[in-house]
Amino acid sequence: MSNAVSTLQGKVANGEVTVSEGGLRGMITFRGDLANAKLKSVCKSLTGFAVPERGKASSNGDKGVAWMSPDELLILVPHAETKAAIEAIAKAMNGQHYLAENVSDARTHLKVEGRYAREVVAKLAPADLHPDSFHVGDFRRTRLGQIAAAFWMTDDQTFEVICFRSVGGYAFDLLAASAKAGPVGHF
Amino acid sequence: MLTLHCPNCGVHADETDLHAEGEAHLKRFGPNSTDDDFHDYMFQRQNPKGVHFERWKHVYGCGKYFLAARCTATLEVFGTYAAQTHEPPQAIKDAITAKRPGWSWGDFS
Repeated sequence: MSNAVSTLQGKVANGEVTVSEGGLRGMITFRGDLANAKLKSVCKSLTGFAVPERGKASSNGDKGVAWMSPDELLILVPHAETKAAIEAIAKAMNGQHYLAENVSDARTHLKVEGRYAREVVAKLAPADLHPDSFHVGDFRRTRLGQIAAAFWMTDDQTFEVICFRSVGGYAFDLLAASAKAGPVGHF
Repeated sequence: MLTLHCPNCGVHADETDLHAEGEAHLKRFGPNSTDDDFHDYMFQRQNPKGVHFERWKHVYGCGKYFLAARCTATLEVFGTYAAQTHEPPQAIKDAITAKRPGWSWGDFS
């Protein structure tokens, strides 16, 4: 098998808010009826989390699950376990109508950490990221500058961002520039 | 700035998160229909000044379609609702009537 390499190989832009590439991350697009009991149980066994409510995500380290749309989840697992996870899904969902696709190497995973991380992202997305509106555990698919991206907060100063691999460099540079430009002081 | 509430994912989406997909509630005339019916389905649109029903796609978000009732003259949004409907829900019609008494659009009023 070819040697998997992450988009920016762990590039870091240090500063008061640090932007870093999160390295290889196992990601599975999992579509189906989110109320399906088998789907629920395989989600729980793979990630340790229940199927999230609408617009939410749960994650802990490399594992997690995010609500992408009314019939789609994003399953996060350690990169090396992706193949086994897809096999586990195939086994659990046998006979059901579903789709599970390994998209790990089609994506870039970025991290934005620091005091005004919220503003670094808010400057780039047409989303309400006010502390009263967007909380830890909320998940949002939207735009960052000119590209599609999704993000969620793992704590009050940390955003995890995912986007397509082909625009990973753009997303990193965009977030790094936003971080470098400093806080707006709006929130 | 136009923001629409996506009934699929519950997000108040900015216009730039969305893609306009043309008029809502079109009845499709396909193979075996008459030329006139097909012509009207293909080309004839309401294009009103005022109350309008549109299809939108939450293209940067959940990727799903929904329908919106709004005013093309003022950008006022009366409401959004599921795309899987043949006509606007009564609550949407009531909201429009409250603001634009006597409105009509196609077969709806």
